[in-house]
Amino acid sequence: MEAHRLVTMANQIAEFFATSNPDRADAVKATAEHLHRFWDPRMRREIIAHLSADVRGGGLTEVARLAVVQLAAESKAKAAAQ
Amino acid sequence: MLSKSDLDLGTPARVSDESVTLEVDGREVTVPHGTSLMRAAALADIAIPKLCATDSLEPFGSCRLCLVEIEGRNGYPASCTTPADSGMKVRTRSPMLDKLRRNVMELYLSDHPSDPATCSGNGTCELHAMAAAVGAGPVRYTIGRDHQAASRDESNPYFSFDPARCIVCSRCVRACEEVQGTFALTIDGRGFDSVISAGQREPFFESECVSCGACVSACPTDALVEKSLVHKGAADRSVITTCGYCGVGCSFKAEVRGDEVVRMLPNRDGMPNHGHSCVKGRFAWGYATHPDRVRTPLIRERITDEWRVASWDEALGYAARRFREIQAQHGRDSVGGITSSRCTNEEAYLVQKLVRAAFGNNNVDTCARVCHSPTGYGLKTAFGTSAGTQDFDTVSSADVIMVIGANPTDGHPVFASMMKRRIRAGAKLIVADPRAIDLVRTPHVEAAFHLQLTPGTNVALINSLAHVVLSEGLADEKFVADRCFPNDYVNWKNFILEGRNSPEALEHVTGVAAEKVRAAARLYARGPNSVIYYGLGVTEHSQGTTMVLGMANLAMAAGMLGRDGVGVNPLRGQNNVQGSCDVGSFPHELPGYRHISDAAVRAQFGAAWNVELEPEPGLRIPNMFDAALDGSFLGLYIEGEDIAQSDPNTHHVTAALTAMKCVVVQDIFLNETARYAHVFLPGSSFLEKEGTFTNSERRISRVRKVMPPLAGKADWEITCALSNALGYPMEYSDPSEIWDEIARLTPIFAGATYEKLDRLGSLQWPCNEKAPDGTPVMHVGQFVSGMGKFVITEYVPTDERVSTRYPLILTTGRILSQYNVGTQTRRTANSMWHPEDRLEIHPHDAEERGIHDGHWVRVTSRAGEIALRALVTERMATGVVYTTFHHEASATNIVTTENSDWATNCPEYKVTAVQVMPATEPEERRIRHDLSMVALGAGK
Repeated sequence: MEAHRLVTMANQIAEFFATSNPDRADAVKATAEHLHRFWDPRMRREIIAHLSADVRGGGLTEVARLAVVQLAAESKAKAAAQ
Repeated sequence: MLSKSDLDLGTPARVSDESVTLEVDGREVTVPHGTSLMRAAALADIAIPKLCATDSLEPFGSCRLCLVEIEGRNGYPASCTTPADSGMKVRTRSPMLDKLRRNVMELYLSDHPSDPATCSGNGTCELHAMAAAVGAGPVRYTIGRDHQAASRDESNPYFSFDPARCIVCSRCVRACEEVQGTFALTIDGRGFDSVISAGQREPFFESECVSCGACVSACPTDALVEKSLVHKGAADRSVITTCGYCGVGCSFKAEVRGDEVVRMLPNRDGMPNHGHSCVKGRFAWGYATHPDRVRTPLIRERITDEWRVASWDEALGYAARRFREIQAQHGRDSVGGITSSRCTNEEAYLVQKLVRAAFGNNNVDTCARVCHSPTGYGLKTAFGTSAGTQDFDTVSSADVIMVIGANPTDGHPVFASMMKRRIRAGAKLIVADPRAIDLVRTPHVEAAFHLQLTPGTNVALINSLAHVVLSEGLADEKFVADRCFPNDYVNWKNFILEGRNSPEALEHVTGVAAEKVRAAARLYARGPNSVIYYGLGVTEHSQGTTMVLGMANLAMAAGMLGRDGVGVNPLRGQNNVQGSCDVGSFPHELPGYRHISDAAVRAQFGAAWNVELEPEPGLRIPNMFDAALDGSFLGLYIEGEDIAQSDPNTHHVTAALTAMKCVVVQDIFLNETARYAHVFLPGSSFLEKEGTFTNSERRISRVRKVMPPLAGKADWEITCALSNALGYPMEYSDPSEIWDEIARLTPIFAGATYEKLDRLGSLQWPCNEKAPDGTPVMHVGQFVSGMGKFVITEYVPTDERVSTRYPLILTTGRILSQYNVGTQTRRTANSMWHPEDRLEIHPHDAEERGIHDGHWVRVTSRAGEIALRALVTERMATGVVYTTFHHEASATNIVTTENSDWATNCPEYKVTAVQVMPATEPEERRIRHDLSMVALGAGK
């Protein structure tokens, strides 16, 4: 999928949770959870790959970036557990 | 065949705490205070002759047939207009009454065709039935003027008006006023010259008549009669079923002769519609037997090839083989399906089951994705359930009605009539819409406030309304304290009370004067009963979900939930949007809105379906398109949706479809999407199958087979056959077995059975042990989730901005006579009212560009270009233009973009930056040619 579409979508989600949660950690958690609950795994894999390939954050906002980092960590932990 | 007067008690029911007991012809009867003698008699099984009275209309007392005698009173009062009183002794028959009635009837018959057989309604004329009932003799008045040579009005495509048969009883006029609320009819002239007039003595078709059919249903003499009844003859049976158009889900009595529908009569006992209808449900059903119906399966290797007729076995086997080949080569997740909001619950359930169990993934979605998916997310977050809070009847108890981003007179006409009736009775109306929809000002209805906001600023408006409620001390703090999470409320309250959310601060954003916002907010908060209805003008935005949450916040803060006359209610576009979502059409949810990651729920379905279900959510429709273009999603089974016409950014959609290796379209017509299909499976219309639909008020109603499927199979049978061909067995002998499976696995439906639906007529979910007869009003006492959740709703402007190149905002919508992408209604005479989509533009914007009414214009956005003819109108605000998307030739979605709601990917149809310029005719031809090339290029 085109990375810019995924980035736009992730940023939109992050913006909502960033503005609706006074605490940034909560916003990151809510964003990651939303991505987990509503995005198909290939979309999550691709945005993780996109972020991994771009040290500057790949166009993701801070909250979105941290949420994707959290997704990546969860994904890694899950893979290790299997 | 039953006549129109069946079970007609003559005058409407009255509601009163007091009752009166009287005697009618010696029979004692007790009725509510205010009940007419006619109704009291009918309740005692005594039929009083009548012509001008019917229980759907207020009594009028003009026909003088229903005269009675009352002991101790002089004269012969009309029983329809005389209220029953305690101790009354009423006689409905006596020699004098018989004589009076015969004389009155003789006068009617003197100016009416004498032979019942010549009456056009094939035996439904009440005048002749009443003549027989009163024992009318030969007519003595044979010389003199009459109306028998008056010319018929045949202008309306669906019904005719014959003044020769009219007795000027005013039932049609009153139906137009009281039931429909259009006020299109009147009695013109006086005395002998009195005549029913549409508009100002215009032909019906050219008047403001909306062809709802209320006048035709009300007419006692067949002066107003359905042309189909005249042409096809009287029905020999009838079937109660549910309309296949909008989310009101009207109940109809289909009258049938053999296998042919004669007419569709609105069901007087229908709970959503109470005997009313609109031009679509009442008349526009002829598409079901249109010659364009495909009656055999079709297949082809490539989409550039010609279609080849195939047997069912060959087509299903071919589709199954191609799907399996794709999965073998590209992985299990490379295929998916789309369920239909025009198909039954049972059929949508089977498609999602096929995807999850036979395909082995969760790549299933439904057209609610592009309309009301934010409703599901937003209302579930706030209240705990993905549905509206009330039944339609609740509007009758509302004091304030707020309509946001919906156009009920066009999109949900029967409910609009209920709403207008309540407004005429005194309720106040607030309309929030960029366009001056009909409700803003229509006969005897005028909005107290029209908040004509700039498209894309809903959230700013709802926040400013909430700001007023909180800052002016209008919140229902007790309701909030008792019913909602306190911390969330405090956070939200602090946010809303910030000065930046005041109407004054947001005036420049919304374009709505602050004072108007303040006054509307006060009106809403003070109620005492205020209800919100909303449509796609709320959901089809980048902040669609945020706006749903915003409305939920406002309603909770004002305490407008959990009782009759209040609530937050989506008006669903298609007949079974609610139902298709309920039964598991979303990629992340199993039936009953339970997340696919829930191991216990997954295990329950897995055990019932004998498979292990994938725990991860699948692709949504827009994601499917993106994945198709990157080569990871290559097969799609589409039941009853025309995504090539209905989804945004047509170029993107068609490119995605073109990239797929197997597209299977199951539909009744070769729609636009079928251009990209490899297999076409001919489906069935709502008249051809059994099942259930669930309307906007969570009401489950039965769909009953009226005629056999033209192509031999109902849609549920096709899905079963495809699943069997895929190697996953689906064996059901009847849709009731499918429903039983749904109910067994889904707690909200646990108590709903076909037997109960047949017995009660319909049921509103949740229907279970706690609510065996269903739940008209939700969240009474407490929210489904336990506590209501306030969510902070920051206004975030859409990325779709106007610029010097694209200075206008295009918003799209619907019109009364057409439905969705027009697949059905374009194949009916409804197109006489709306033969093409027009671009509505304000006179200033038009003048600035040299655009004249009716001239061709070029509409250009960042996504594409289309050509339409202009309709210059002050309905629009300056800077905003509007069009519909009912005609494939318009290809409106060429210009809409892929922007979407943050939570659900519901497309932002309602905001597209465009430029509109006059188009010369050659340009118009070029644009239309290019559009057709887009379609033809599908096969490349």
